[in-house]
Amino acid sequence: MKKGIEVSIAASEAAKLARVEAIAAYPITPQTHIVEHLSDIVANGELDAVYVTVESEHSAMSACIGTSAAGARTFTSTSAQGLELMHEILFIASALRLPIVMAVANRALSAPLSIWNDHSDVMAARDCGWIQLFCENGQEVVDTIIMAFRIAEDHRVLLPVMVNLDGFQLSHVVEPIDFPDQKDVDKFLPDYKPLYTLHPDRPLTMGAYATPELYTEAKFAQEQAIINSLPVIKEILSEYSKKFKRKYNILETYNFEKSDTVFIAMGSVNENIMTAIDTLKKDKKSCGLVKVRLFRPFPDAELAALLEKKKNVIVIDRAMPAGGMNGPVYNEVAALLRRYNIKANLFNYIVGLGGRDVLPEDFISVYDEVVKAKKGKSKEKTNYKVIGVRA
Amino acid sequence: MLPNIEIYAPNVVPKEEFVVSGHRACQGCAEVLALRHALKIFGKDTIIAMATGCMEIISTPLPTTAWTQPWIHVAFENAAAVASGIEAGLRILRKKGKIPDKDIHIVAIGGDGGTADIGLQALSGALERYHKFTYICVDNEAYMNTGIQRSSSTPYGASTTTSPAGKVSIGQQTWKKDMVKIAAAHNIPYVATACPSYPFDLIEKVKQAKMANGPSYLHFLSVCPTGWRIPSEAAIKYGRLAVETGIFPLYEIKDGKYRITYNPEPLRPVKDYLKGQGRFRHLTDEHIEYIQKRTNEHWEEIKKLASLK
Ligand SMILES: Cc1ncc(C[n+]2csc(CCOP(=O)(O)OP(=O)(O)O)c2C)c(N)n1
Ligand code: SF4
Ligand SMILES: [Mg+2]
Repeated sequence: MKKGIEVSIAASEAAKLARVEAIAAYPITPQTHIVEHLSDIVANGELDAVYVTVESEHSAMSACIGTSAAGARTFTSTSAQGLELMHEILFIASALRLPIVMAVANRALSAPLSIWNDHSDVMAARDCGWIQLFCENGQEVVDTIIMAFRIAEDHRVLLPVMVNLDGFQLSHVVEPIDFPDQKDVDKFLPDYKPLYTLHPDRPLTMGAYATPELYTEAKFAQEQAIINSLPVIKEILSEYSKKFKRKYNILETYNFEKSDTVFIAMGSVNENIMTAIDTLKKDKKSCGLVKVRLFRPFPDAELAALLEKKKNVIVIDRAMPAGGMNGPVYNEVAALLRRYNIKANLFNYIVGLGGRDVLPEDFISVYDEVVKAKKGKSKEKTNYKVIGVRA
Repeated sequence: MLPNIEIYAPNVVPKEEFVVSGHRACQGCAEVLALRHALKIFGKDTIIAMATGCMEIISTPLPTTAWTQPWIHVAFENAAAVASGIEAGLRILRKKGKIPDKDIHIVAIGGDGGTADIGLQALSGALERYHKFTYICVDNEAYMNTGIQRSSSTPYGASTTTSPAGKVSIGQQTWKKDMVKIAAAHNIPYVATACPSYPFDLIEKVKQAKMANGPSYLHFLSVCPTGWRIPSEAAIKYGRLAVETGIFPLYEIKDGKYRITYNPEPLRPVKDYLKGQGRFRHLTDEHIEYIQKRTNEHWEEIKKLASLK
């Protein structure tokens, strides 16, 4: 049965369903409701867990490494500045192969300070060796958090997982959400069985350093782990879909097969793109969408198979390139088109920075502009366009 | 100091080693010596979280390790936060019956840089949250691992690579940060200073720290022949001189009560300690006089605190 609930509260309820044993977190808007509700359910005894009220996000991730290395199922959450303060430790969590799950309520990075949504936080942390999933609505947030633990703790994976949900746009809205039964979650997600823990009965050294003779091998092995996680992620998503009767895939499409022009986007912006597509349809214009749910490891072969025959591919980014040629998602897609020798025209639009609204009309305009450009009526050559920016 | 030490020592110092040979510490390193003594007392049922620094780098080039207790290194500034997590994680797993029901002591170890500078916030957080663990600061009075740069724990007048003595500078221009007072200000049950030149005093304090009903903090003056520019065989001697001159008083603060554990009075002049150390070679009589004055004041302050009933 569906229940109307704020998505942040739902995210903490998902952590509860996952029977999280340890939490270390530090409050930051827009993540606050997640950690407040977690504190409540721990304080009320609804969740038998330790909650370490650390003094910073740097210590939050450090303490998570401690709880996870001790063998406890570990959860945390942050946003923007908090994610950046953790930055150093994110890389160490993945290299130590600790299955921590973190919900990131995506928010713009300072300066100027902005508490509102975009993806500049997660994109600055995209190469930290974590598996990264993106959610579009509250139901996905709940299901993805539960799946994230299964993925992270799978002995074929053993990597931390970041579950991204757009701050405010998603974290603070009330949505109807179907919560799975505890006993079904327990079956899907049994107790965490760590391979190695810090314990005197089996002493070991974690976090040794590597000389040039071994560093490359250590990093290569880690890279293999994240590459090899892809089939496991697919398997777990499909198992969840079957058990809980909700379809999940690493890539999802909308109005796709018959459309020559398609958007690629991540997160809650997908809902407005779909509305735009529906409006375009009424005008007999056909536009499609690929929702990228899994950004790391990047599902290149799967995406290439989808894009193979498309004419125009419009990549939506939610972060500035910072002097690079294009937005971060675009760069992945551009590399993919080259590798798979796909001839589609490629476009890059940067939207919704620091909480700026992007409406279905905006995507309709983008579609029209792209189709026009394709017909040779527009000669404009820019790397990317920022929608709605005032000169 | 102690009579018949060779008869007495084997009975108080466990034979088992937890820092095993093969590590790459410099000859005469008193930092690793301090840990060797301390870890014997913590014993087998211990987990160590260590900060980046000399002790980490000398001991764990992949695929080897010098530690026989479970040991983790994460980064430079977060040993206390990692220790917090380990403590909390073990607590919940024990409560849930997922690990055997036995006491495991958590020890976080950081250098003076990892403690008094970059790791101070994480340490303060962990002490305030009252995790049951021991934090050890191995204080060799500079960032030795990266090449003898100054820290806030470097003593006044010491020449380091970032506080070099020069025509218009005496070297370190600030007074050593009082980490012991900072730790004690968290109102934790046990805080103490120690020096491996006084191994039995150190051992006793480790025992107290381990027994404390809450967080404990140990500050080890750890003579570093390489960074202090002294002969390696003089490490123990300089540790003694630091204590005998009152530069580094040996005391503890147990449940808020100060006690001097070794009274070296009458104090030797600080000059005995400063001379012969390359890092102080440039100091003039005037500087030494200033150091003498502040050393006396500090010693008197500790004495006064220790006499409070
Ligand atoms: C965030 C960060 N900044 C700087 C460093 C470089 N660094 C590594 S160890 C170290 C100094 C360690 O000094 P201390 O804590 O006193 O330990 P010691 O080596 O003297 O025992 C520095 C500056 C680092 N590893 N991480
Ligand atoms: S530099 Fe100093 S502290 Fe570091 S290993 Fe050598 S003697 Fe020990
Ligand atoms: Mg040092």
